[in-house]
Amino acid sequence: MALLEARKITKQFGGLTAVNELDLVIEKGSIASLIGPNGAGKTAFFNMVSGFHKPTSGQMLLDGKEIGGLRPNRVTARGLGRTFQNIRLFANMTALENVLVGMNCRLKASWVGSILRTPDVVREEAEARQRALKLLDYVGLGGKDETLAKNLPYGSQRRLEIARALATDPTLLLLDEPTAGMNPQETEDAMVLIKRVRDGLGVTILLIEHDMKVVMGISERITVLDYGTKIAEGTPEQVRANPKVIEAYLGKGVATGTAVTEPVGTQAILETGRR
Amino acid sequence: MRSIWYSVTAPWRALPARRRLIISWAVGIFLVLIYPLADKVFNLQTLNSVTDVLVLVILALGLNIVVGYAGLLNFGYAAFFAIGAYTAGILTWPVHGIDWNFWIVIWAAVIVAAFFGILIGTPTLRLRGDYLAIVTLAFGEIVPVVIRNLGDLSIKVGPWLLVSHFNLTNGVQGLSPVGVPQIGPLQFGFNLVPWYFLILLIGALVAFVNMRLEHSRLGRAWMALREDETAADATGVDPVRTKLLAFSIGASFAGFAGAFYAAKLQAIFPDQFPFNLSVMILCMVILGGMGNIKGVIIGGMLIQLFDRVVLSQATVLAQAAGRALNIAVLANVDLSLWRWFFFGVVMVIVMVLRPEGLFPSAARRAEFRGTSEEPAAVESGS
Repeated sequence: MALLEARKITKQFGGLTAVNELDLVIEKGSIASLIGPNGAGKTAFFNMVSGFHKPTSGQMLLDGKEIGGLRPNRVTARGLGRTFQNIRLFANMTALENVLVGMNCRLKASWVGSILRTPDVVREEAEARQRALKLLDYVGLGGKDETLAKNLPYGSQRRLEIARALATDPTLLLLDEPTAGMNPQETEDAMVLIKRVRDGLGVTILLIEHDMKVVMGISERITVLDYGTKIAEGTPEQVRANPKVIEAYLGKGVATGTAVTEPVGTQAILETGRR
Repeated sequence: MRSIWYSVTAPWRALPARRRLIISWAVGIFLVLIYPLADKVFNLQTLNSVTDVLVLVILALGLNIVVGYAGLLNFGYAAFFAIGAYTAGILTWPVHGIDWNFWIVIWAAVIVAAFFGILIGTPTLRLRGDYLAIVTLAFGEIVPVVIRNLGDLSIKVGPWLLVSHFNLTNGVQGLSPVGVPQIGPLQFGFNLVPWYFLILLIGALVAFVNMRLEHSRLGRAWMALREDETAADATGVDPVRTKLLAFSIGASFAGFAGAFYAAKLQAIFPDQFPFNLSVMILCMVILGGMGNIKGVIIGGMLIQLFDRVVLSQATVLAQAAGRALNIAVLANVDLSLWRWFFFGVVMVIVMVLRPEGLFPSAARRAEFRGTSEEPAAVESGS
């Protein structure tokens, strides 16, 4: 069943078409990737899903309901969590507070209730705290709850961002380059975490990633964008063997020379060519 | 010196933290309650000033929500104070013949101020940082002008004259008298003690609301917006709604203070709410430490102490010194005319040496001071 469905979605910035009549379906419970060269429209697509850009035309359906043009916080309330390419935590708040902000849209306390500290509010706060601590534990940040976000090491900040996104109770999680800037060990850990989030929490995952080891390693389905259009789609094996993909990454001459005659070479190009 | 202090305070520090807290609170409350009596016994004549200072402290606490918690720079906060004061004035001015009970009027002032907070907030809160500061600055300038001109109001729609020369605010002459509060047989008047306790009560209420909101769902949302609006939006915090709440709750506190101020002074004029007042309140918040209730209260009191006591005493001293040394310039100096100069100097010094304020909240300190590792890393790198 489709969880996210883009129908002929288009985004234009003035004369520039960032995403052009893109059709994309993300199946419920899958881990999918969006790849493509710089400027291919990946982040523009993410921003349309999460409400930062209003699509110029086309439909964006989350769980069968239109979300195109909704404000980001409304989209989040509908069940979409996201992280950012350049980490955007609340730097001067503690790890616990960061996660608690993520729960904001699921909590019910009104400001009057908070002032009076009604029994409902007290109970809700205690439960939220418990859940936030559990989430921190889940992403491997147990015991770091009182640390300011900016004092965490880089890899932990990425984890905290995922914990914060999970706190919003998403059905679909968008990860924008979750392993960017990580060393091989951190990348390995991040992949394990992403798999665990899908398997354990049943959250569908869509990620943008440049590290082909990650993309090929955890994605069940890959969509390749170039100049705002879809040029290839399929399982990692199918995408790897697709000459159009090599062409997009390395230019036409290379593609006709290598990809067709020697599919194994394609993988090597994809893995090294991008970094 | 340090060791003497250490040994003297040893029994105090030996007490459990909870008991120390209770004792501190009890002593604090006792001092605050007994103060009017002390003022009378020792004939200090400071009760009036202290009451006025408390009004300003309440304003600082209100602005603390807007600036300290939500991070919205507001340069026109005095306008909400004016709106609160004029709401109380208009609803009780004998010429209007409305003459509502003060206890209703003060809530009306709160509601009207909050309403104007929403009114000015709705179109402007999409702006960020500096742009919002400019808009609020303009709002602060507009309100006194509007009040000045509402002394002669005519509304004409096409051929119909709906309102003809209606005197709402009495223009520059101001509104006087303003209705005073009454509790049973006790009519508030020239005796300042009831006024003192009333403002104390309002202050306690405002501080309480500040405290409760700081670590609530809403308080966290404010802080998140202050840190990173884009991330907060993506995390499910509605920026517009959350900022509007900050603006209107902050404004409602100014409404409280305004109604009280109008009733106590018995007269309000448009000139009582200049831009300088907004700046003064902002200084109180920044000097004390944005986002920290204790800091804002102490910071506010320090500025007022400086303004009302230090400057006048320094003037007396300087004049005496001038006469003794026969320096004419010094003998005739009036340092209170220099208050804004000293204000500026103090602010510059504080911002350079302690940009997080004198008593910052933990988050603010972290923001300005960085982390334990960060400065070291910068040094080793250079």
